[in-house]
Order: sequence, then C-alpha cells, then structure tokens
Amino acid sequence: MSTAPNIASRPDPRATDMPQRTAGPNGLPNTPGVGYKPQHFEALRSDPGPVTWIEVHAENYMGDGGRPLAQLRALSEQFALSVHGVGLSIGGEQPLDTDHLNRLKKLCDWANPTSFSEHLAWSTHDGAYLNDLLPLPYTQTTLSQVADHIDQVQAVLGRQMLLENPSSYLTFAESQMSETDFLAELTQKTGCGLLLDVNNVFISATNLELSPQAYIDAYPTDKVGEIHVGGHDEDSDDHGAPLLIDSHAKPVCDPVWDLLSYTLSQTGLKPVLVEWDTDVPDWQVLRAEAMRVADALVQ
Amino acid sequence: MNRQSAFCVGLLTPQQPAPDGLQNAGGSPSGKRYDVYRNNVTHALISALNTAFPLVHRLIGSERFGRIAPEFVRAHPPSSPVMMFYGAEFPGFLTNYAPLSDIGYLPDAARLDLAMRHAYHAADAPRLDPAQLQAFATDDLMTTRFALAPATHILRSDWPLYDIWRVTFQNDAPKPRPIAQDVLITRPDFDPALHLLPSGGASWLTALAEGNTFAQAHERAIAQHADFDLEATLTLALHTAALTNSTTRT
Repeated sequence: MSTAPNIASRPDPRATDMPQRTAGPNGLPNTPGVGYKPQHFEALRSDPGPVTWIEVHAENYMGDGGRPLAQLRALSEQFALSVHGVGLSIGGEQPLDTDHLNRLKKLCDWANPTSFSEHLAWSTHDGAYLNDLLPLPYTQTTLSQVADHIDQVQAVLGRQMLLENPSSYLTFAESQMSETDFLAELTQKTGCGLLLDVNNVFISATNLELSPQAYIDAYPTDKVGEIHVGGHDEDSDDHGAPLLIDSHAKPVCDPVWDLLSYTLSQTGLKPVLVEWDTDVPDWQVLRAEAMRVADALVQ
Repeated sequence: MNRQSAFCVGLLTPQQPAPDGLQNAGGSPSGKRYDVYRNNVTHALISALNTAFPLVHRLIGSERFGRIAPEFVRAHPPSSPVMMFYGAEFPGFLTNYAPLSDIGYLPDAARLDLAMRHAYHAADAPRLDPAQLQAFATDDLMTTRFALAPATHILRSDWPLYDIWRVTFQNDAPKPRPIAQDVLITRPDFDPALHLLPSGGASWLTALAEGNTFAQAHERAIAQHADFDLEATLTLALHTAALTNSTTRT
C-alpha cells in the first residue's frame, strides 16, 4: 500500500480532549464521524470515543419542533454538524422542487452546519417522491442539467455543497463519459466539492466489473471534502454475477476498509463518516467502527 | 418518453418489463439489476408506512398490513421528500378498502397515527400556566381568546377510539366500550400523549382553536352537549399542556 503523505503533521483523531477542528475543504474536522441515530443520543454524548462530528439526514429535521430539533441543538454544542440531504433529486430531469429547496435553506440557516451534501441521483419525478437514489446516464445533457441544479442549490443555500457518488447496479447505453469525468466536470462548472463514498465505489466497481482502485485513481481527489464508509449486502444477478446492494445495514467489510486506506493515501487526511441506517446496532458497535476509522486516519 | 419517465414506469408496477437501454457490466441488457431499484423503492415506502401507522399495524397484524401496504404505496407514492408526514391519504384509502371494510374504526385509527406524528414534529410552545389563568378577573377571562398548542390535536370518532388505542398498547386495559369517543393529543414535553375528552370537550377546544373567546367557546360546547363539564375539560387541558400561554383580550 502507498505511504500516506504528511504523516508527521497529522493530528491524532482520538485525542478528543483537545479541539479537533482541523478544517478540510468544506470545514469538517479530519476525524471520524457517524451518521446520527436518535437511539444513540445519550450514549454518543457521554461516550463519543473518537467521534467529533455527526451527520444527519436533512429530511428528518424538517419538522417545526419537538425532540428531533432539540436533540440537534444539543448535539451541535458538542459536535460539528454535517447536513446530508437525501431528497432533493439533483440528478432529476425536471426542475428542482423549490419548496424542498426552501426547507433545506430553513434548516441550514437554523442549524448552520459545517457541511451540506447531497447525491448525484434523482428521487422525484412528476411530483412523486420515490424514496430511493435513482441513477442517471452520464451525457452532456445530464451534465448541464445537474450543473444547473447545483448552481441553484448553492445560490439558494448561500454555501458550497458536496456531491456524493452513487452506488450503481447497472449502466445506461447512452452514457458518454465515466462517472469520475462527470464528477470532475461538475466541480469545474459549479465549484461544488465532493463527498467520496468509498463503499459506493466498491459496490459499483464490483457490480460493473471495474477496478475500485482505478476509480479512485481517476477521481478528482483534490475536491474531496468528506468520505463515507458503510456496509452493503451481497447478492447475485440473473447471470450469477455478484451483485452488491447498498444497505448501510452491516459493519464495513475488509475490502472497503482497504479501499479507504488506499483512498486516504491519495487524498491525505479527510473527515470520514461511518453510515449505518438499517438494523442500527448499539452505540458501542458503531463506536467500534468509528475507532477503525480513527486507526485508518493515523496509519 | 424521456429517460426518467421510462425508468419510473416499472418502479411501482411490478409486471412492467425493465426499460430499454439498461446494461450489465458486459453491455448485455440488465434484467434483475433493474429489480434492485424496484425492490428498494417499494420496500422503502412500505417500511415508512409501517413505521408511520403503528396502531393500524397492531390492529390488523403484520400479514394483513403487508398485503395492504404495497397496494397503498403504489397508488399513493409520497408527494414530498419529507417522509415524516407520509400517508395522509391512508385513512381515506382504508375507508374504501373492501377487504377490511368490516373493521369500521380502522380509518380513525389511521387518523390517530397521523395526528400523533404531526404532534411529535409540531413547533414548541410554552404552556399556559394554571396560575396565569387564575390571575384573570372573571369578566376578563370570559372575553379572552386562548390558543391551542401547535402539537394539540382533537379527533372526533364514532368509535371507542381511546379504548381501542389503550387496549392495543397498554397491559391490563379494559375492553373497549361500545360508545363514541373524542380524543385529545398533546405534547407536554417531547412525547405525544393521548387523552379521552369528556363530553363537549372537543366542541370547546375546537371553538377555542377557531378563535372564539372563552365565553363563546363555553356557549357553543353547552349548546352542542348539555352535559358539558367545563371544569373537567379545562383541568384536562391545563394538565396536558393543550393550551399555550399566548392569550388575546378582545
């Protein structure tokens, strides 16, 4: 494995008794973060381990009050915050839902997160929200549409956003460019940063019979503001080929940890988040995953 | 048809073939791989519905809920990415759902589940302190308007809705009585709570919510329910944080 650059200058991400606000391009500390789950509220605050920042799904905090917003307020006093949208449909062919964009603005203005991110995917079509991250072909037409949407989001929110790469199960016959070229073009056109989901890279590469390391090599790593790792399920397609499904329901597997180390050797220190959204375990299990991130950050 | 319309068609229609132009790694047409999206979309919506309607789920059981849910999510996909309020059409859907038409209280159970969720996410508001109320001179009290807390919901039912909820979620609760019951949902802190409203209580609170004065609300409650007990209803409203400290003198 390659040697990571600037080892001597890296802070110990587990040294939580001193300020850890080493800013990345989008401001999150270069330490482990976790996707926040309400059942972890007390345990996370009393025993955060190496965790110094959390990420929440924006749409879960779009109520007017109550426990979700109270918890977010309390957590913001202890942790840096990343707001991660899952429903804006930035990859949609149709105009963005301006009501939803305004809800995002309201949330970001109130919570003032260190980072805001969304997905290279679509989820709304003809007014129906499909509650999944759906894929798009990579063409000049879609490039222009997505760039316009990112411009609109950044203008309304008044902040730079990070865009996350999807997990792919198939490709489109009409695609004209690679995903990495598509993402690189988007950063050039819009000035957005990138959220590099290493688990998604591994899933897509396996499903599309590509090399995950080659994807990282081709990826515009200088634009990375945040990294995700998470768990996936294993299945096979109707030809018997392996088919990995993004589930966030399991521990991160060893090949994804290896790919994280490979990625960090190219990006340098980055904020790295563990996602676990389904069959969420006790805090100690998630904390142990965060410890593995901490280990990867000091290797 | 454009690409995303074509991609959408089969997501909620299982008998539709996969759209053209989707490929496996080797460039051959994708078969099962499109089904991953079909499954994800359908299962995510069913799972959301499941979480959103705990009383309905308990009343009819997992098997029957599992038969209804795919039909509902395909007929009524969400109209917004804010999933916390998904399922507004579910009570109406249940009203017209022939296989369960013998369970007449099911639509009201769904309304109760919806109201509990809205209460959970409603805006915070300082409650009306009983001392604040006692400080009013009687004449002033009668001409004052009181505001319901944003989390407060009133449901009127032709069914013993409170008893049904209690026997479903509480141990040793008595069997539901064959009577109509109005219920009050409030959120004193962070957890919505359900209360049985005394006779006329729903009329009184609804009148207050519509901007009537204390005296006007009382008159309406009495007119609609001769046995309306103001003291019992007011005590309940104060103890459960149904009212906010925002008052307006007329």
